[in-house]
Amino acid sequence: MLTYLVRRILIAIPVLLGITFITFALLHLTPGDPVRIMLATEQVTPEVAERLTEFYSLDKPWYVQYAKYLGNLLRGNLGVSITSRSDIASSIAQRLPNTILLAFSSMLLALVIAIPAGIVSATHRNSLLDYTSLTAAMIGVSMPSFWLGLLLLLQFGLAWKILPIWGVGRLSNGLWDFISHLILPSLTMGVGLAALLTRLTRASMLEVLTQDYVRTARAKGLRERLVLYRHALRNAMIPVITAAGLQLGYLLGGAVIVESIFSWPGLGRLTIQAIQKRDLPVIQVSTLIFAVCFVIVTLLVDVLYTFIDPRIRYD
Amino acid sequence: MTRFGRRRRQSEGAGPSGDGDAVRRVSHRRRAFRTFLRHRLALLGTLMLLSFVVCAVFADHIAPHDPLELNLLSPFQKPGSPGHLLGTDNFGRDILSRLIYGSRISLTVGLVVVGIAAVLGTTLGLLSGYFGGVIDILVMRLVEIFAAFPFLILAVAVMAVLGPSIYNVMLVLGLVNWPIYARLVRSRVLTLRETPFVEAARAVGCSNARIMFVHILPNCTSSLTVTAAMSIAGAILATAALGFLGLGVQPPTPEWGMMLNEGKDFLRRAPQMITYPGVAIMLIVLSLNFIGDGLRDALDPHLRG
Repeated sequence: MLTYLVRRILIAIPVLLGITFITFALLHLTPGDPVRIMLATEQVTPEVAERLTEFYSLDKPWYVQYAKYLGNLLRGNLGVSITSRSDIASSIAQRLPNTILLAFSSMLLALVIAIPAGIVSATHRNSLLDYTSLTAAMIGVSMPSFWLGLLLLLQFGLAWKILPIWGVGRLSNGLWDFISHLILPSLTMGVGLAALLTRLTRASMLEVLTQDYVRTARAKGLRERLVLYRHALRNAMIPVITAAGLQLGYLLGGAVIVESIFSWPGLGRLTIQAIQKRDLPVIQVSTLIFAVCFVIVTLLVDVLYTFIDPRIRYD
Repeated sequence: MTRFGRRRRQSEGAGPSGDGDAVRRVSHRRRAFRTFLRHRLALLGTLMLLSFVVCAVFADHIAPHDPLELNLLSPFQKPGSPGHLLGTDNFGRDILSRLIYGSRISLTVGLVVVGIAAVLGTTLGLLSGYFGGVIDILVMRLVEIFAAFPFLILAVAVMAVLGPSIYNVMLVLGLVNWPIYARLVRSRVLTLRETPFVEAARAVGCSNARIMFVHILPNCTSSLTVTAAMSIAGAILATAALGFLGLGVQPPTPEWGMMLNEGKDFLRRAPQMITYPGVAIMLIVLSLNFIGDGLRDALDPHLRG
């Protein structure tokens, strides 16, 4: 187990290096002098421009620049935002928890919808109930999240005025304030995922129900409920949990859209705001953080997988 | 020499015992077609997609108005008002006409993106699986690195740097999408490489390129077709997402995602500005998903999830 863990982490290192290289190259994709483009919208003194050139070593060859970029990253020095002149590391530390909160609550919501729907669909195969949930799932998968978000915002926020549509709630204002702010953004992000996981739960349940151990359980006269929940469901959940874990990484990507609809103060909104102001250092770092989170999540899922399914042994 | 490759390919869908006697070989394609036709949702999807294609091709004849024609005297017309079936937007432009012209953008971008991604991914996957060794390691590391970015994030960041335009959308989405194809083709090549018909081709002295492209590649087409259908849907969604964020196709071009972006400032006043473009995106994605499901069942049953 330990050797597997170590090997898995070692494999992640070249990937992380590649990610840093791509985000590094991002800055250099800009046609022309990055500093001048960064500063195009700002009135700055030549010395600020000089400091930026110095920070990114833009007067040196690219491999020196890259080495310096890596060195800065390793020291936790993520640079300074051009527009707000604040430390990027601290603004990311402020916003990342909000994005993680949103991702987890969307995931929870998706699982709460998907698992029961998938089980009912599988146990009542080809019934009206099954077709309804499959159709709903198909529509859910095909619906663009930004459209769903706008519709929810219009209906619940503007027409009925029953849910807040702006920002994040505070626990100090009571539990409802906290939860009510989460509902619409989580729904927006979670519905597509719920649809995907419903289809997966159904397929996985159907497959497990044909297995020998389920037949044995039935043959020895166990009650159907026990067969379903103790024997079938536990095994059917393995692929669902894995997929859900991997989707957690994709949820992070969806954050760009959902956070900008609901003004959620997370990493996605930070990225979009940075793009609007052409704040290249912030774009670079937030892209990097998204990718690093994604790698960590994938790593955790891989490791968790060995615990959930004891049949899998990597060493 | 091609006969070996072709025989293998045609017998493949015939099941595990597909040794490919004459009768089976002839009927495979027809059977796949029949399976597809029996799939009612796939048929429905095909009809829906065809109507989008007709809209895109004959937009000039179908659209009741010029999609760019401003009419500042009649903005925010309600759906069903005379001359404007789906109403007008903040500039008094006819929403239905804009939607009809928008299908051109979505379908073109979807096809081009998948074209770029499939060619790039397939080539790299073939090389990686066939030669193995250092090439394989390099390509697979590259795949892992690209796959480590949440798809939309990388696209958004690159678009932000390159600047928004329809050509950049196609290029960026194509370059971000290729790893799926590389993985898929590589895994097929790894099995096919060891089959007797490839060995035979090598024995009679075929070049590596010939074996890869003439013998192995045709055997990957089933899986590739299914994946392509699904990823056109993904590409269309991503294009709309970029448009919605203001990073995609630029105004005044009628693009569905951008129409939603323009509509979000007039939510209460003109809900039609966001309702219909969203429905259009959903229907086209739905139709491609239906088709993808049908194709998978017909061509590649073992992919069934």
